[in-house]
Amino acid sequence: MTREGWIRLLVIAAAVAALELACRLGWVPVTVVIPPSAMAASLVDILASGKHWADIVISLRSVAIAAVLSIGLGFLVGAVIHAWPLVRGAVEPLLASYYAVPTFMFYPVFIILFGVGPAAIVAIAVLLAIVSMISATLVGLDRIPLVLRKTARMMHMGPASRALLIGLPAALPHLFTGVKLAVAYAFIGVIASEFILSGAGMGYAIAYAYNNFDNREMYGLMLLIILVVTVVNTGLDAVDRRLQARLRR
Amino acid sequence: MSVSPAEVAVVPDTAMPHARLVGVTRVFSRRGKGEDIHALGPIDLDLKRGEFFSVVGPSGCGKSTLLDVLAGLATPTSGTAEFEGRPIAGVPAGVGAVFQEDASFPWLSVTDNVAFGLRRAGVDPAEIARRVDYAIGFMGLRGFADAYPAQLSGGMRQRVCIARTLVMQPRLILLDEPFGALDAQTRLLMGDELLRMWRETGATVLLITHALDEAAMLADRVGVMSARPGVFIDIVATGWDAERDSRIVSHPRFGDLTGHLWERLRVESLKHLREG
Ligand SMILES: Nc1ncnc2c1ncn2[C@@H]1O[C@H](COP(=O)(O)OP(=O)(O)OP(=O)(O)O)[C@@H](O)[C@H]1O
Ligand SMILES: [Mg+2]
Repeated sequence: MTREGWIRLLVIAAAVAALELACRLGWVPVTVVIPPSAMAASLVDILASGKHWADIVISLRSVAIAAVLSIGLGFLVGAVIHAWPLVRGAVEPLLASYYAVPTFMFYPVFIILFGVGPAAIVAIAVLLAIVSMISATLVGLDRIPLVLRKTARMMHMGPASRALLIGLPAALPHLFTGVKLAVAYAFIGVIASEFILSGAGMGYAIAYAYNNFDNREMYGLMLLIILVVTVVNTGLDAVDRRLQARLRR
Repeated sequence: MSVSPAEVAVVPDTAMPHARLVGVTRVFSRRGKGEDIHALGPIDLDLKRGEFFSVVGPSGCGKSTLLDVLAGLATPTSGTAEFEGRPIAGVPAGVGAVFQEDASFPWLSVTDNVAFGLRRAGVDPAEIARRVDYAIGFMGLRGFADAYPAQLSGGMRQRVCIARTLVMQPRLILLDEPFGALDAQTRLLMGDELLRMWRETGATVLLITHALDEAAMLADRVGVMSARPGVFIDIVATGWDAERDSRIVSHPRFGDLTGHLWERLRVESLKHLREG
């Protein structure tokens, strides 16, 4: 591990220890935050009892569907806009200010359209995630050097193999930035929507525990989500670093 | 079995120029957003089969545009371009190009970069391995066969692109300032390699360069271009024999040659400087 890595670990450990101490000494009442050690114990109980496995599966499935839809559709929409400079000029300012809109306020619309359940949740998550993929696609396609297209033509490659064998790998490091963002937004969209739009899932389980004053369970679930997101993000980061390493200085 | 007429036509006609440009111009239309850019020409040029032709000219005079026309990547606005007796429409078979910008594929290793075109063309794997290995050795990339372009210097990446073009065994090789990223000494040595390759393959070479000594040492003929729109203001035959190498830089005639080239180019380069 790098020096920065060790320092980072130390900072996290210090923060956790400080919270533990504050809770144990009674500076923070257990009705507000429970000690991290209790959170971990609660997490172990949750996993061992298996009572939330169904919620975990439902949430992860929604995240996966939302991420795949956002990445696939976002790439397609981005590619079409990119091929059409006039349309691009018109919509790019809209894309740039898109995240100023609090997408969640549209939740009643989605309940009307899809009813309460996974479909509405996935729809909100896609709405949140897709624009980051569209923007990344526009950037990625812009960054394909013209000289690579010339080189492909010198090799007598047609438009389809040029796009697939030259354009795509050349744009991939930039596209992957969009993939990472889309996955992050899919998590946010799904978990947050489950608070209001669902009878199942990790977000719902947290809200349920909160409403029943079950702090121990609530913090155990939160810890679980943090761990899942960290694992996913670490995996994506590893791929990202490999792709970025190939870009020229 | 009788010989079909098509096969007869393949026999090279030594009297016919290998590539021919007649009255070629290229104008970039700005579609109403300001004046059109007259980038090149009119250019008349006959490249003899197997000759080494060098082009020098002030920056922005249309050298790369000239290369695009010969490569079939750009159509002349007026005039005609031919390769091996046929009009150039699209990239002709048998033409290879190394561009001014780095065109190595960053997602492929050096070996895969060099083999890319051969694999696309469906060449037999054993033959690919043989040619790629030879080209990598030839270009001094032996220790870097498994490296990725991001791990190489600019000059080495350009050598990857040259190797990738050479393995296709083109009959006309177009090179756009391929040694621009190299220091003067390495450049001379790479020039020697280029001459060796040229003698070995018998290909016709068109080399664009901004180094007058490079042009004078490598070429059979040097074409000097005016400031934009570039036309040939002089074409100088160097008179070297084919077995030349970088040691001719100490030949008394070498100084005369570069002196003459600079004489012709100085005025044009000044124009470029003044007009920006
Ligand atoms: N696609 C294009 N659209 C508009 N103008 C262009 C385009 N390509 C080149 N030009 C212009 O045409 C002129 C000739 O360009 P070109 O690249 O052929 O010059 P060059 O001699 O290769 O220059 P350098 O020595 O800098 O490589 C320049 O003024 C350039 O700005
Ligand atoms: Mg150029």
